[in-house]
Amino acid sequence: MSVMLQMNGIQAINAAMVEAMEADPKVLVLGEDIADPQGGGVTGTMKGLSTRFGEHRVRTTPISEQAIIGAAIGAALGGYKPVAEIMLMNFTTVAMDMIFNHAAKLRFMSGGQSQVPITIRTLTGAGWQTAGQHCDHLEGWFAHAAGIKVIAASSPADMKGLMLSCIQDPDPCLFIETGMTLFSPGEVPADQGPIPLGKAKVAVSGSDITIVTWAAQTIRCMMALQALGEAGISAEIVDLRTISPWDKETVLASAAKTGRVMIAHEAVRDFGPGAEIAATIHEELFGQLKKPVKRLGAPKCAVPFAKVLEDAYLVQPDDIVAAAKALMG
Amino acid sequence: MAEQSNAPKPDAQALLDIFRRMVRIERNDDAIRTAMRRGRITAPYYSGRGQEVIPATISHFLNDDDQICTIYRGIHDMVAKGIPLRPLWAEISGKVDGTCKGKGGPMHLTHPETGVMVTTGIVGSSMPIANGLGWAAKLDGSKRVVVAYFGDGASNIGAFHEALNLASLWKLPVLFVCQNNGFGEHTRYEIATSVDKISTRAVSYNMPGFTVNGNDPDDMYAHVHAAVARARAGEGPTLLECKTFRFLGHLIGDDDFYMDKAEKEAAMAKDPLPRLRARLIAEGHASEADLDKLIADIEAEIADAQEYGANSPTPSRDELRRDVFAEEMPA
Repeated sequence: MSVMLQMNGIQAINAAMVEAMEADPKVLVLGEDIADPQGGGVTGTMKGLSTRFGEHRVRTTPISEQAIIGAAIGAALGGYKPVAEIMLMNFTTVAMDMIFNHAAKLRFMSGGQSQVPITIRTLTGAGWQTAGQHCDHLEGWFAHAAGIKVIAASSPADMKGLMLSCIQDPDPCLFIETGMTLFSPGEVPADQGPIPLGKAKVAVSGSDITIVTWAAQTIRCMMALQALGEAGISAEIVDLRTISPWDKETVLASAAKTGRVMIAHEAVRDFGPGAEIAATIHEELFGQLKKPVKRLGAPKCAVPFAKVLEDAYLVQPDDIVAAAKALMG
Repeated sequence: MAEQSNAPKPDAQALLDIFRRMVRIERNDDAIRTAMRRGRITAPYYSGRGQEVIPATISHFLNDDDQICTIYRGIHDMVAKGIPLRPLWAEISGKVDGTCKGKGGPMHLTHPETGVMVTTGIVGSSMPIANGLGWAAKLDGSKRVVVAYFGDGASNIGAFHEALNLASLWKLPVLFVCQNNGFGEHTRYEIATSVDKISTRAVSYNMPGFTVNGNDPDDMYAHVHAAVARARAGEGPTLLECKTFRFLGHLIGDDDFYMDKAEKEAAMAKDPLPRLRARLIAEGHASEADLDKLIADIEAEIADAQEYGANSPTPSRDELRRDVFAEEMPA
């Protein structure tokens, strides 16, 4: 039995970085404010790395997202494994050409000659009143693209294990962090190793209803558990962990077991990742479902500033309970 | 336009090497256009005709392990660098023996073995990636240099400015080579670009920048010599604006309606290829017979490559599931 350590997401990712950089001199880090004199990145998640491994491997960049991802791609083509921080997910839009047209496609367009083993870490998530351009959940944009893996862990142990896998993966990975998941503490086995990409986790077992979710929304689903229990609903929470390629097997097995499925995500509901998952469940399990799959997501507007609007924008534990009751009815 | 009279000058061997690379580019370009006219190849094609001196002179200074990132108008850059012609022809024919198994085509030709690292169809995007290859070269402790090729239009896109700033800060061994052919797609240089010379933009990024006659092997030779030496010495990047002219428009099939006819005819009258040939003979570096033999050998190589491409099989549909990720996608 492994010793369990108490840590939050920041510490877990930092531990993964230290292990990966110790083990493999090809692992590099770059991004805005990333070196220690600038604070180790926006959340301090990279703290200590430049001091320990040197500023030739851990480089603070200008605020130039295209240059950051371009440098990561080129270094990867040159045999390195760069971990690039794009401070906030909205800023990935500035580097979209580098991510979508290049990182994700170079392997295919070169007939397998080029590989781009980069990891892009990025922070997002509403709830901090950062409004319209600092907290969008754009995982659906990236999940729509071929050639890039999209990861959004919710627990510190998963963050460590999945980060280790992203760094060693031969393809580009987008690793989504949120304020809520980074700052929530949890238990991490002292010997936590890599967790395979593309595998969901049944975070809570249940028999009446399947809730598919990820990132901070997993925590909000957990917050609904007590009320669901009081309503006599046994919910199974499937934490998807990897959005693309997603774990159809685990989701379909749970859906087949319960016959009632809800997908809850922080991204805008319309054309969101939940639509793809719901469509697949309907295609595969049409006759076995007791109710049509329910999708919960944000309304189609920019993330609002006013606290009362921001609270209404997010899928809250109460919304999950209400939707579950409707599915049971 | 080289400033110093004591600038290094190409000797006979260098001139012959530059000429050989130019002939390979021009003969290959001619063969591609002929094959397209005959309907044997269907592809978007952006000819580099008229711009041969630039990559031919640069490649003269490059080693096999030096690398280039180029753009959709880039086959001349790759041929100069030494990409093998057989897989090049198979690729532009959409065949399985192509450099990219027929999955990239002329706009994404890639051949890391000869240093052709990235070919992009996005204006400006060769530069940020070249920086990363330069960073890798530096981390490796190697003397490798990386060339980022781009056009005059690309100097107006954000990626150019971000990339030059970073390359200068990090002293990366990168040559930023702008092939200024006077047009960005159909738009004349002065309508799209706020400065008379793109090389002046280097000042903003604290790196040397030169405007070079890109059709003159002597001027190119002196400037590339200096820029490559600077990069190999770890002193950082250089911006070379190489002035040239695009003989065949933006995309093959383009009728040049936006060009001044007289200007184009004047430029074509100064075609650098016959000029260099005449010079090699006038200066006694080669005989007519020597050069005819050189051209005939290259034509034979191209004919063989073309046949190889034509005879290669088309890719299987399974290729749609391969090379998306390292592991094959499920059927």
